[in-house]
Amino acid sequence: MRNLHLKLLALGLCGLGVAGIWYKVDVLGLPLTADAQTMVWTVEATASLQADAGPTRVQLFIPSNPPGFNVLSEDYISGGFGLTRTGDGTNRRAEWTSRRASGSQTLYYRIQISEDQSGETVIAGPQPTFPEVPEYEEPYGFAAMTLLDNVRQESADIASFAQRLLIRYNAESPDEHVGVLRSFAEGDAEHTRNIIHILAGARIPARPVQVLSLRDQMRRGALESYLEVHNGTEWIAFNPRTGSPGYGDDTLVWHWGDAPLMEISGGRQGQVQFSAARTPRETVAVAQQQAMLGGSLLMDFSLLSLPIHTQNTYRILLLVPIGALVMVFMRNFIGVKTFGTFMPILIALAFRETELLWGIFLFTAIVAIGLLIRFYLENLKLLLVPRLAAVLIVVVVLLAAISILSHKLGLDRGLSVALFPMVILAMTIERMSLVWEEFGPGEAIQQGVGSLGVAILGYLVMFNDELAHLVFMFPEILLIILAVVLLMGRYTGYRLTEIWRFRHLIREQSGK
Amino acid sequence: MIRLLHGLRRSGVLGMNERNAEYIMGHNDRRNYPLVDDKLITKRRAEEAGIQVPKLYATVEIERQIRRLPAMLGDYQDFVVKPAHGSGGNGIMVVMGTQHGNYRLSSGRLVSVDHVGHHISNILSGMHSLGGQPDQAVIEQRVIFDPLFERISYGGVPDIRTIVFKGVPVMAMVRLPTRISDGKANLHQGAVGAGLDMNSGRTTTAVWLDRFTDLHPDTGDPIAGVEIPGWDYLLELAARCYSLADLGYLGVDVVLDRDHGPMVLELNARPGLSIQLANRASLSPRLQAVDALDEIPQSPVDRARLAQRLFGEAHPPEKIDPRKPANT
Repeated sequence: MRNLHLKLLALGLCGLGVAGIWYKVDVLGLPLTADAQTMVWTVEATASLQADAGPTRVQLFIPSNPPGFNVLSEDYISGGFGLTRTGDGTNRRAEWTSRRASGSQTLYYRIQISEDQSGETVIAGPQPTFPEVPEYEEPYGFAAMTLLDNVRQESADIASFAQRLLIRYNAESPDEHVGVLRSFAEGDAEHTRNIIHILAGARIPARPVQVLSLRDQMRRGALESYLEVHNGTEWIAFNPRTGSPGYGDDTLVWHWGDAPLMEISGGRQGQVQFSAARTPRETVAVAQQQAMLGGSLLMDFSLLSLPIHTQNTYRILLLVPIGALVMVFMRNFIGVKTFGTFMPILIALAFRETELLWGIFLFTAIVAIGLLIRFYLENLKLLLVPRLAAVLIVVVVLLAAISILSHKLGLDRGLSVALFPMVILAMTIERMSLVWEEFGPGEAIQQGVGSLGVAILGYLVMFNDELAHLVFMFPEILLIILAVVLLMGRYTGYRLTEIWRFRHLIREQSGK
Repeated sequence: MIRLLHGLRRSGVLGMNERNAEYIMGHNDRRNYPLVDDKLITKRRAEEAGIQVPKLYATVEIERQIRRLPAMLGDYQDFVVKPAHGSGGNGIMVVMGTQHGNYRLSSGRLVSVDHVGHHISNILSGMHSLGGQPDQAVIEQRVIFDPLFERISYGGVPDIRTIVFKGVPVMAMVRLPTRISDGKANLHQGAVGAGLDMNSGRTTTAVWLDRFTDLHPDTGDPIAGVEIPGWDYLLELAARCYSLADLGYLGVDVVLDRDHGPMVLELNARPGLSIQLANRASLSPRLQAVDALDEIPQSPVDRARLAQRLFGEAHPPEKIDPRKPANT
């Protein structure tokens, strides 16, 4: 009964922990490994114009929920212009206004976007109405109808219809009908408009989209047009020049429709240029930024919302339970003898200040010297607390001496000793000397080596970068560790060292 | 490794984890720990129950009292100083007599009054107590041990440790001090543990420093075959201690005084596991045998007889079958 209760509790804790981690990985996109990186695009639109002497108004389309990307941040550099943003559900516009701007003006819009890892892209837009079949002029009409007939036979649905049409239309050696149709369109925007016009002959709703093909180190980039057709339930994008479906990885939808990108009143010679740069950034930071923008409650109440110096404390603090887990394992499963219950974890924490090898050397040296002095103090017959204080002072003096000595020798490592927790050392020395007197040097050395061994193991486990990242990003892991510790708490089997302790007994009883 | 672990399980050896979880936590109410952890309380309760214990000479509770130590000790030539909350024989100082105003310890060392005072001061500050809590020092009658064990012990006082489960003695051993244990009767510190036949109270096998042995390492005499006089009564005494502390899993330490007979020295709520090595027998089958009893007799005498019947060599319990798991 008690065991069932315990198992259910452990199961519940595990479930809670796993659910939290799953949510953070799957929904928020937090990485499980520390070095995961996401590509972040910084795209800048530079609008320049010649303002007249009077009031000036500049309207510029800006991206709104671009498919395949997550928006991390937006910046506007407006000079003397006032900025408002308007949206109509599909598109957004930045509107700069100024009462007295004259001469050449430059406005900047900068957006930072990251690739959306979730892979789900929903293209926004209202349900369109089916277009009427246009009254084509001849010979355009005949060519269009023939092409549509051919394509209809080759296709199964609207998506494949549009794709076949694009492939035929863009064929390198087009048939005569396509040739006729193509002769009516010149330029990128015309090209897309022409295809929409032909698709209307099959009563397929379609719309042009203005996109930016992102290239690293791009300067003076310009928008190009894409095509979206509606299949009755959703919009499907096609590259109107190749017929390949969907937006490519590096295609940023700037705005839908074919309205001009920039509209100016009170100014002339408006021109927009695009530049882009691609930089790798830690996925953690990206996911964090994104979750903050999205207003996720779990992120809002995560450790990342704490001030940095508090965060850094928790980065260490959260590792202590892992050390405790190691300790439980070493004590209850292996049966290693140590000073006190959690002394090795504290020693492992101390190693963090000094790094492992130097830490081991320091620990051994200071404990050994401290022990000698402690034995000497024993002769003076001091009371317990003053004696502890005396050992503590000796430890501090030893630390200072080692620091000075190693500095003079040019070993900068020695200086990090200053933070080597001296109370821990003093307690270790006291404990060791007690065990030494009561149980003899064998036992004392055994426990000392045991403590050091567990501390080294604890250090290696606790200060593993991957693990540190995991625990800090997913403190839910502590629930799982708690569950494991609870389960270990009911382990009543043998400790590994008991095989050794009772070896003769086993041999004898097995022999019977 | 796995094979060895299997062997361990088959042999029915009681491990540390199982002892802690099943027997100590399962049968010992933490409320009752102070009764055994404080030797003064144990002593008082034992006296009330008419159980013989070493006589209390004095207690020291505060540092200042140490100055009056010579007056306090008065004419006592030999005595034992121990912490009221000590465990595992820690912090015990045995004074065997005086010589030119100095005290002679069991080890033969001569020490000054100041040295004894310092020892008491250490006890008061909690150096030997469980958890390092401030403690009291108990000064009590030194047991002058029965010459019975003279040939197989070296210095110090041998004691008889009996594990009592639910009031039924299940296993017993004599702990014989050696030179390296410095007169202490603690197996950890190098004392010899000699197993006892539960029926006759005769020594059987022995362990020293986790190794099986037949001879005492210092005296060289064979350990087996020494019969403890009044064994029946000794078992009854151990069984009676059950009601003293109300602990289901209990270690009872008894010493045999030359003049006063068996005395209960202390009770232990967490008795160690080496008794299994001393007896070359496993505890688990015996504990399970007691657990399987439908009824446990009310009177300590009956419980002692039951123990002799169940675990004595003359009437061995079902032999441990190495091929069968222990818990069947």
